[in-house]
Amino acid sequence: MAVGAFLLTVFAVVPWLIHVSGRWDFYYTLTSVALLSIASGGVWLTFYIGRINIGQGAFALAGGYVSAILVTKYGFSFWVTIPLSGLFCALLAVLIGLPILRLRGVYFAMITLVLTEVARLAALALPITNGARGISSIPLPGELSIFGLTIIPDFSTIGNVKLAFYYLATVLMVVSFAGLYRLVNSRVGHLCRSLQQNEELASSIGVNIAYLRVIAFAISSFLGGISGAIFVAISRSIYPASFPVKDSVDFMLNCFLGGLGYVFGPMLGTLMIYFGWDLLFTTGRFQLLIYSAILIMLIVTLPNGILSLPLFNKREADK
Amino acid sequence: MTALLEINGLTKKFGGLTAVGDASFKVNDKEILSVIGPNGAGKSTLFKLISSFLRPTHGEVRFNGERISGLAPHIVARKGVVRTFQETTIFKDMTARQNVVVAHHLQSKASLLGHYAGTLTARRDEIDFHESAAEILEYLGLGHVQNEVARNLPHGYLRALGIAIGLAAKPQVLLLDEPFAGMNHDETMKAVEMVRGVRDRGITILLVEHDMKAVMKISDRIVVLNFGQMIAEGTPAEIQSNERVIEAYLGREDQEIGI
Ligand SMILES: Nc1ncnc2c1ncn2[C@@H]1O[C@H](COP(=O)(O)OP(=O)(O)OP(=O)(O)O)[C@@H](O)[C@H]1O
Ligand SMILES: [Mg+2]
Repeated sequence: MAVGAFLLTVFAVVPWLIHVSGRWDFYYTLTSVALLSIASGGVWLTFYIGRINIGQGAFALAGGYVSAILVTKYGFSFWVTIPLSGLFCALLAVLIGLPILRLRGVYFAMITLVLTEVARLAALALPITNGARGISSIPLPGELSIFGLTIIPDFSTIGNVKLAFYYLATVLMVVSFAGLYRLVNSRVGHLCRSLQQNEELASSIGVNIAYLRVIAFAISSFLGGISGAIFVAISRSIYPASFPVKDSVDFMLNCFLGGLGYVFGPMLGTLMIYFGWDLLFTTGRFQLLIYSAILIMLIVTLPNGILSLPLFNKREADK
Repeated sequence: MTALLEINGLTKKFGGLTAVGDASFKVNDKEILSVIGPNGAGKSTLFKLISSFLRPTHGEVRFNGERISGLAPHIVARKGVVRTFQETTIFKDMTARQNVVVAHHLQSKASLLGHYAGTLTARRDEIDFHESAAEILEYLGLGHVQNEVARNLPHGYLRALGIAIGLAAKPQVLLLDEPFAGMNHDETMKAVEMVRGVRDRGITILLVEHDMKAVMKISDRIVVLNFGQMIAEGTPAEIQSNERVIEAYLGREDQEIGI
């Protein structure tokens, strides 16, 4: 029921509202929210195995560059680069995760924060990423067809590109969160929770904790990668500063705000933070101050996130 | 009869401190062997060495003739040597039932991917685990609290839950580190019967325990550690009359050896 209402809102009501109100700019906003929540969903999964991940910006950046480079330098179809950038980030996450996932708490958080900065510096230094000038004038996504059957038309022939990107982002968001929901409610999710609560006990009952941690981190980074790739397709450019440390921190805050115990927490958190920040725009130079104060208050008063409010939990129980 | 577990010259040094020094003994199939000794004697360290949570400085542990020291703890658990913890250790945000269900990990016939996809095998696994968990919880007297979140359970139940988690892994050897700690006399005697019952199901038990009455009652054999050194090994009767053991415990009124 709730799921049906959500899907209807995302895929029909919102486009209709935008159509009648003529606020086309909202497509861009909501597309961003959808993509950011995909990346935040990944961060949430690392939280779910008990790790504070402030490094998702690095993977979004890496995913973005992989897609941009494959499209501009090697003539790949954008559609193929979505899974490829995700897989590249997953592989990267395995290599980086093997040593660093042994760390816990603040130590892991710090290393991942550094990762975001390292990614930026790498993008500046590497020849293939074109340094500070980045990669620009990336073509719009072309046609996606299987056996001559057109599944998605060439974006440059579509009248309403904003709507097309909106659908692309929201469909991916729905698929990602459905995937996460399934994971959390399967035995895999229960094992992740066992890791979060006590790694020693988990290994005493035979759980390969190192393996499970890496898998979760790889999935997390996969989601960061695909979201970065689509961002790049929308802005048609990427620079070393496209995903700064602030983004990494926001991905984490989105999870905190929505609620670490709820799969759909990061989606709600992203929506609230994105709009909250925009609404505060009118307050000018106090924007950051008010924003931070509200966040701190929310985290103090609702340590388990907005979804822990009784209002939401009744609904959860109904399901 | 060959021994199920063989501890050969096992040594663990923490810096200059020898927590376990050159311990050697054998554990037979389906026996209850207790390890006793004053605080800090190295009992828990010995258990961590056997379950491979720690790497020995020297020496080795053999299980069914195969060297298991140096392997990752989850692999040792998979082979059948499972430890419980001295400090109450449970998944505190899960219900008692979920704790025990998740602990059936090693019985899983489906792969992780299978569980994710919800294949038939995975669903069967899940049903089996719930059945087995219900049985274990009932056996350990936790049936009526199985749906409580573990963090809300009283201490005595948590000790039992710790054992339930160990049992769910269906081990060949179960290492219990002070399972009766914090229990009163009646609870301990009940728990002693339970542990016997576990052994009667075919599980070999290694036990660390300070409650000497319980130890003397339950053990087939006893190993005594003092400052990391093995000072005696024998049946409860032999240990009770062993000079060195009495000496090690002398002057410790609270640690009376139950004579
Ligand atoms: N990780 C460690 N690092 C350094 N020293 C340690 C470590 N673990 C244990 N020790 C030391 O090794 C010695 C043996 O400790 P252990 O926990 O094995 O004793 P125990 O016999 O289980 O004691 P208790 O009856 O109090 O549980 C102690 O002196 C302890 O301080
Ligand atoms: Mg101890």
